[in-house]
Amino acid sequence: MDTSKARQLVEAIARTVIAHAEELTQLDQAIGDGDHGVNMKRGFEAVLADLDKLAEGNVATLLTGVGRTLVMKVGGASGPLYGTLFMQLGKSWPAELSARSFHATCRAAVEAVAVRGKSQRGQKTMLDVLLPVCDELAKETHRAALRAYAATCAQATVPLEATRGRASFLKERSIGHLDPGARSAQLMIEAVCDSLGAL
Amino acid sequence: MNVGIVIVSHSPDVAKGAADMVRQMVGQGIPLAWTGGNPEGGLGTSVEGILSAIDEAWSDAGVAILVDLGGAETNSEMAIEMLEPGRQGKVVICNAPVVEGAVMAATEAWGGSDLATVKRTAEELNHDQD
Repeated sequence: MDTSKARQLVEAIARTVIAHAEELTQLDQAIGDGDHGVNMKRGFEAVLADLDKLAEGNVATLLTGVGRTLVMKVGGASGPLYGTLFMQLGKSWPAELSARSFHATCRAAVEAVAVRGKSQRGQKTMLDVLLPVCDELAKETHRAALRAYAATCAQATVPLEATRGRASFLKERSIGHLDPGARSAQLMIEAVCDSLGAL
Repeated sequence: MNVGIVIVSHSPDVAKGAADMVRQMVGQGIPLAWTGGNPEGGLGTSVEGILSAIDEAWSDAGVAILVDLGGAETNSEMAIEMLEPGRQGKVVICNAPVVEGAVMAATEAWGGSDLATVKRTAEELNHDQD
């Protein structure tokens, strides 16, 4: 993967998230503080604005730079969380990309998010998408199947009771709602799967 | 030099109000800074804002941060990690209610206590309720 391809993927992620900002905000209004969409939009607009500069180096520096921009610009817990995801992807980016090394890189990144959020799977968060999808990468699943799996994982947060994040304040009233973080994680994975098909 | 205090709330009004209460107690006796709100002035917290607040309240004796809800804590932890290595170990987040914790921590800091003592004093508020 060269920087220009990675840049296209980042751009696809940014445009997808921005296009769904309203939906993410509505999901967050139901069980959170209602700022997930607007926060993510702000962060990814900043990424798009800085993309020329961010893409001046290699894939690793691009991803790290995207992470730093999200950390500084999102303004909400999702900033440090998604920022950590991209920063760790950049930090762990392999010298030689293979299915195996890509899985290891994603694993490191998703685990860094879990540490940052002091969270784990099953708490109705973005990790309920990121962790299982990352596991699925080890099986070298085709991107169409991976895309569908991400959607299944996000939907599986609906019956969960939130035990982490603002939604946990609602206790059992958080049941029956799609988690906004799981949805944004799903959207990013979909954007990557779709773009890989087009590259 | 006294420990500095940083107040981080999702609401700029809460952060400023808590800082006013601290000043009423300790005057100009400690370095103090507050931050709150997202980059557009809405509710939220930002790493950028927290980093500059830490800078503003910097003391070689260290800085104690008081936070309100989850995102304030996550953003504060991120901000600490982004500090230069020499400063990282001198900044702590207190697990305490933001307003009461800030006033308690500041009063302790004003007396010249070290960072660990300031943090412990703020966190004693939690045990009072046990």
